[in-house]
Amino acid sequence: MAENNSDKNIVYYPGCTLHTWAKSLSDTFIESFKKLDINLHELSDWSCCQAVFPLARDNIMGLVPAARILIQAREHGDILTTLCSFCFNVLRRTNNAIQTDGEIRAKLNAYLEEDYTGDVHVLHPLEILKVMVGFDKLKSKVTKPCGNIKIGPYYGCQLIRPPKEMKFDDPEDPKLLDMFLESIGCEVVNFPFKVECCGSYQIVQGEDMVADRAYAILSNARKNGAEAIALSCPLCFYNLDTRQNLITQKYTDFSPMPVFYFTELMGMALGIDEGLCGFDKHKVDPGILLESLQKSSDTQEHVTVKNDQNKLGVN
Amino acid sequence: MKANNESNQETATIYIMGKKHLVPKALTILNALEYAGYRLIRGCGCRGGFCGACGTVYRMQGDYKLRNALACQTKVEDGMYLTQIPFYPANKAIYNMDELEPTAQQIIDLYPEIFRCVGCNSCTKICPQDIQVMDYVNAALRGDIARAADISFDCIMCGLCASRCPGELVQYYIGLLCRRLYAKYIAKPAKHLAGRVNEIKDGKFDNDIDELTKMDTVKLKELYAQRDIEK
Repeated sequence: MAENNSDKNIVYYPGCTLHTWAKSLSDTFIESFKKLDINLHELSDWSCCQAVFPLARDNIMGLVPAARILIQAREHGDILTTLCSFCFNVLRRTNNAIQTDGEIRAKLNAYLEEDYTGDVHVLHPLEILKVMVGFDKLKSKVTKPCGNIKIGPYYGCQLIRPPKEMKFDDPEDPKLLDMFLESIGCEVVNFPFKVECCGSYQIVQGEDMVADRAYAILSNARKNGAEAIALSCPLCFYNLDTRQNLITQKYTDFSPMPVFYFTELMGMALGIDEGLCGFDKHKVDPGILLESLQKSSDTQEHVTVKNDQNKLGVN
Repeated sequence: MKANNESNQETATIYIMGKKHLVPKALTILNALEYAGYRLIRGCGCRGGFCGACGTVYRMQGDYKLRNALACQTKVEDGMYLTQIPFYPANKAIYNMDELEPTAQQIIDLYPEIFRCVGCNSCTKICPQDIQVMDYVNAALRGDIARAADISFDCIMCGLCASRCPGELVQYYIGLLCRRLYAKYIAKPAKHLAGRVNEIKDGKFDNDIDELTKMDTVKLKELYAQRDIEK
């Protein structure tokens, strides 16, 4: 499978934030995969996946958009990938529901006038890297190993929960992001809060609570030796980087910690155009860490939080 | 029950708001309504498929599918159950184009109900112009104004999308806003247009217009028939 990647068309569903707030997540992913000889076919005129998987079993309408995306993907390939953890969660669980629940499958197909049985594989880019590329091959393609940055891999909720449906990794102690970071040369720092919730959409109405969550997560990462964290979810990034000012305002003992999308680090390691990484959009300036990466020398200097507050445009 | 003397090949049985009518098959729905005795004051405009006033929904006997038509553009068919939706209440935001930004946030500010789109695609299914209505709503939602303007370009604002939307969106006003934002803030300005406007202001065509206004009808018709576009 890994031998003939260039012939394999992987369908890419960006989702709403990947063209706007999380553009660097998308751009660095696409460029990195080009370096790994993997073709991505971005769906055209995709619609919102609805962001949250409906918990009521009879909420068929809540599954319609995700089912439509899966069916749209089927026209272009048998593997669908998406980066946003929420999109990934909704698409994988919807696909799972279509595979395993006859009533849901029948109703969705009747409504959409289709015959979809769930045969598209919904894979996260980390899974593609592991299964289709292989971390050894990724390692061999690295031109600028991230040698001197101690990174805490942060998984959050949506990638791994609920484990019976997501089947992403060990729900209590996932390793996929760890393995990825190791393969691009990072010094991986394991920390117990890597699967804690960042507060998610509570940021809309409960900033204080999110500040507490984010403080707990980042402090725990730092306590275990991390200089920065890596993640995959635009909402986690928003809560942990964009609104990190909430923590610094509330907790005087807290000093800023840079947050990276894992694809930004992959892009850096594979030598893509650094401009695509969008580090100027990060609220916590990762500059000093990046300099240390390039100079391959340690630094203990503190990073700074930019002052301009950013508001969640779409909430 | 007109045209009883006509053969079945030439007539169609249609049901207008539930009432059975036998009408010539050659008629459009609009003509058939008039043939059946309706005097159309609303629900009828240009009769050329452009104004969007004659949006019509119908079902065929024995088929669950809800179909759509512009009454002036669609011939009657045997077994049509139809009604016109000449007007549907719609909330239109009032804005000053000079004060807007071509962003998703702008659209959300003016039409916050856009978030109520659940992706059911009912709007697309009912569109008599075959526009991918849900796609342009989603393009607008993710800030791709140019795409939303492009997809919605053929909208004639008949309002059928709004009539079917469970999220109570008025899609066509969102499309209109996107086209306006695109034209004002995204599309390159048409330099030749600005040049022509200046020529008009400078009086370049004043003499020609004067001449035309004084011309007798016969000569005017002659000239009209000789326009470049007719050659």
